[in-house]
Amino acid sequence: MTANASLTLFDIVTLRHEFPILNQVVNGKTLAFLDSAASSQKPRRVIDCLEDYYRRYNANVHRGIYRLSEEATFAFERARGKVARFINARSQREIVFVRNTTEAINLVARSWGDANLREGDRILLSIMEHHSNLVPWQMLAQRTGAKLEFLSIDGEGRLALDNLDAQLEGVRLVAITQQSNVLGTINPVAEIARRAHAVGALVLVDGAQSVPHMPVDVQALDIDFLAFSGHKMCGPTGIGVLWGRRAILEQMPPFLGGGSMIKVVGLHESTYADVPARFEAGTPAIAEAIALGEAVDFLQEIGMDRIYAHERELLGYALERLTEIEGLRVYGPRTTEMRGSAVSFTLEGVHPHDVAAVLDGEGIAVRAGHHCAQPLHAHYDIPATTRASFYLYNIPEEIDRLVAALRKVRTLFG
Amino acid sequence: MDDLYRELILEHYRHPRRRGRIDHPDISAEEHNPLCGDRVRIDLRIENGIITDARFDGRGCAISQASASMLTEEIVGMPVEQAKQFSKEQLLALIGIPLNHNPVRIKCALLPLKTLKVGLYGVGRAPDDDEM
Repeated sequence: MTANASLTLFDIVTLRHEFPILNQVVNGKTLAFLDSAASSQKPRRVIDCLEDYYRRYNANVHRGIYRLSEEATFAFERARGKVARFINARSQREIVFVRNTTEAINLVARSWGDANLREGDRILLSIMEHHSNLVPWQMLAQRTGAKLEFLSIDGEGRLALDNLDAQLEGVRLVAITQQSNVLGTINPVAEIARRAHAVGALVLVDGAQSVPHMPVDVQALDIDFLAFSGHKMCGPTGIGVLWGRRAILEQMPPFLGGGSMIKVVGLHESTYADVPARFEAGTPAIAEAIALGEAVDFLQEIGMDRIYAHERELLGYALERLTEIEGLRVYGPRTTEMRGSAVSFTLEGVHPHDVAAVLDGEGIAVRAGHHCAQPLHAHYDIPATTRASFYLYNIPEEIDRLVAALRKVRTLFG
Repeated sequence: MDDLYRELILEHYRHPRRRGRIDHPDISAEEHNPLCGDRVRIDLRIENGIITDARFDGRGCAISQASASMLTEEIVGMPVEQAKQFSKEQLLALIGIPLNHNPVRIKCALLPLKTLKVGLYGVGRAPDDDEM
């Protein structure tokens, strides 16, 4: 790697060799994987890391008084430390391993929400939230009588914050995505947190789309919870992270009951373990957590700022080239400013599923549908969009192929 | 891909045969595919146990809309009892999509048939794909 701010094409081509899956032919064409916002591909060292655990030191953690278990426990806890440093947490005790972003948000809704919210309390969300940062709050509102309020968006797909202070009245929690999985919009989370804290509200950030793609520092953002998934950041599926301020986590009751999350268990009652163990009932995803630590090492060796810069170059090129296609409309900001590299679009007269099916025939993997953001699509009065999203391993040539394939769609459907 | 977007499907998508609504239909049903937002509504006129008119409305991909066009065309003149027995194999043969095609797209193709069955059986629950 060079020390440049951005990754050179040479760096990327070298990097691509680390991802075995990218070197394959789909429908007679080299795979162009443009769906990393749904799930990223995995570098060889992450795949090897999973295998190494199962081949060499597979044993349960925090239990056995024997060498394999000690080694597994050490690797598992070391991964927790890597994740803590990755997001600049004050302590690795603030890192709770969960399955994914969805489970992390449900944990907060069930544990913090049930214990703290009462009828009439307000939760402030936005209309661009992924269902995972919407449905758990709907369920919480139904249990407690709390009310949901929503920030809207402007014509560029940016949050409308003009009335934020008024909308924050009576709000106990703001739950907001840092980067929209449809629009790509990066939200000013630090500013929202500052204003939310001024009225005593807590702030949960859905980092599923931001943590894999840009530097995220929980202390600089001054937020209270951060949720993200391993599989979108070169790690395995089945492992995700809830970060929470230690003082808040320590006040929260358990989420799931069972092994590992207890201190002393009697027949009728038990006392609970300290955080984070209190929220990690049962045998965790050990191999996956360790491999997530490996993915974090991989990303940090490249540098999150350089990954962000590379994606921004791809995004700029894509936004420019896509304007060449007649009848194509891009949703979300039209510049690369405060914008991630998920590009959702519609092609006039052609359903997104048909677009995706024709692209698949060209070896290009994109997502078509509502991307688990039905309210946002309802806002635009469209049933679905086609989404191309980029990551550190994508190259401009893949955008050229995307544009050529979209021309083919245009010809096919007239 | 190429076998999916054959001329027949594209032709029905561009020029749907029985798109529209029936005033005061005897049967009307609407179904959604939550995965992709496809929506199909089918209106039927029934006289003496025979489907004498069928219209469809909705929005969605070329596969779901072409399938609705071909299905409504096929069932006009058909006894209701026969239409109830119309199978997914028959529909896929009609529109020319192989049974072993991508299951997501098969779902799109079957949405109109699901809608028809909900209407004909008058049930609240749509049949699963393997029940048709």
